[in-house]
Amino acid sequence: MITFVADQCVFGKTVQLLRSEGHTVVTLKELEKQGATDDEVQCVNGHRERLYRTEAIVLKRRDQGEADRVLTVFTPGVGKQQLLAKGVRKVTSRKAGHVELFTHSQFLVAKGSTWDIVTQAETIHAFRPLREDLQRISYGYYVAELVDRFTQEGDENRSLFDLLLATLGWLSKAQDLPLLARFFELRLLALVGYRPQFFQCAHCRADIEPVNNFWSPAAGGVLCPRCGEGLIERPGNDRPSAEPLSLNALKVLRFLQTHDWKTCSRLRLTPALHAEVEGVLQRYILYQLERSLKSVGFLRTVRRLLASSGQ
Amino acid sequence: MSPLAGPVERLINEFSRLPGIGPKTASRLTFHLLRQPKEQAQALAEALQGLQKVVHCQRCFNIAESSPCAICSDAERDRSIICVVEEPLDVLAIERTREYRGLYHVLHGAISPVEGIGPDDLKIAELLKRLQEEPVEEVLLATNPNLEGEATAMYIARLLSPLSVRVTRLARGLPVGGDLEYADSVTLARALEGRSEI
Ligand SMILES: [Zn+2]
Ligand SMILES: [Zn+2]
Repeated sequence: MITFVADQCVFGKTVQLLRSEGHTVVTLKELEKQGATDDEVQCVNGHRERLYRTEAIVLKRRDQGEADRVLTVFTPGVGKQQLLAKGVRKVTSRKAGHVELFTHSQFLVAKGSTWDIVTQAETIHAFRPLREDLQRISYGYYVAELVDRFTQEGDENRSLFDLLLATLGWLSKAQDLPLLARFFELRLLALVGYRPQFFQCAHCRADIEPVNNFWSPAAGGVLCPRCGEGLIERPGNDRPSAEPLSLNALKVLRFLQTHDWKTCSRLRLTPALHAEVEGVLQRYILYQLERSLKSVGFLRTVRRLLASSGQ
Repeated sequence: MSPLAGPVERLINEFSRLPGIGPKTASRLTFHLLRQPKEQAQALAEALQGLQKVVHCQRCFNIAESSPCAICSDAERDRSIICVVEEPLDVLAIERTREYRGLYHVLHGAISPVEGIGPDDLKIAELLKRLQEEPVEEVLLATNPNLEGEATAMYIARLLSPLSVRVTRLARGLPVGGDLEYADSVTLARALEGRSEI
């Protein structure tokens, strides 16, 4: 495979032909250098090694300048990364649809000074059912924010990329979106080094018995009755660091942590049991992040709206 | 002590607070004005003074010289339809087409969970109130065709579903001047669904 830099004298058909043969072609227009002098073209040509290809999933984006956007993407190679997408707020942009939120795309990127620049983008998965349903959108925002908040730029995490990609697919079809969110939370926590302990007491390491136990975000897991009893809220203890955890909730948490989504998706939880599991994970995530997630408010707003208008 | 005269430095400071303008451009603009005839600076000063008189129309929340604004108080406009947009600039864009004769409602943003902007931060409750008070038959959702705009449109559509008002969405499809081969699959699929007789 050869990488070409095409100036304005190269016909579009030629560019297409080279690309269809599998070569990488970048045009001056894509580099925002139309009308460059021959010297400048030589300069671009000399920096061809500054071009690279990557898959990417768009987590979030913010407006920059008149018509540009800075994208926060997650890639298989270098994890989280910020890229500049030029002109994508114009209606006529050919890149705009390929750099939308939650899109899985193939990018051709040029190294830049502040940000690397997206020169070409082609959608691999658009996840259309996800973006055309309000509830699925609200969970998409939640999943993307979790990935954003639990990762640092430049930390490679191929497994997390695979999880995110799979989850966007499941979000497009799943019946029980809250259950999927719980499954995702547990997988993500494990992949970023915060796997909660559900099988041994997080304090004394004793095996957890099938009884009502305790849950401690600070300890990072379940506490046996002996260790947990003294830490719950009660007169004389106004700084509780543990809460009661029902046996059923523990069973669900263990099951979600150790089975794949296909198996987990068959679980049917009562609203009360789901609420307990959700609360356990939410307080644990809040403890780890030290700041609440912005997308949770929207999740709740949408949930309320759909409940009141009958879905 | 700054080597520049006070008023000059002050203007440079004010310019550099504008979006997209750095200290260098701010100085260039300031010295450009200094070199021009006094009337030009005067005209600019008057235009800036005029901004203080701009208000939000309390009906449609567009920026205007008075409330209700010129559009809301125009007896010629069709009062049975309200076009909902994100920003005042969107009103300008639609007005330029001269195709639309109804009223507007400016939300002042779109739902953006990443930035913590929810429905309560937009003029959505105000829209509901208008629907109760005005003889509206159709609400045309003209938010941007990106995820935030779509989510906002879906949210409002769902909110209005119990009411007996027709809710429509601006057609989405291929941009004029674009190439089919570069279109993303979502845009292309929507363009196919929205196809029409020629
Ligand atoms: Zn213990
Ligand atoms: Zn008005």
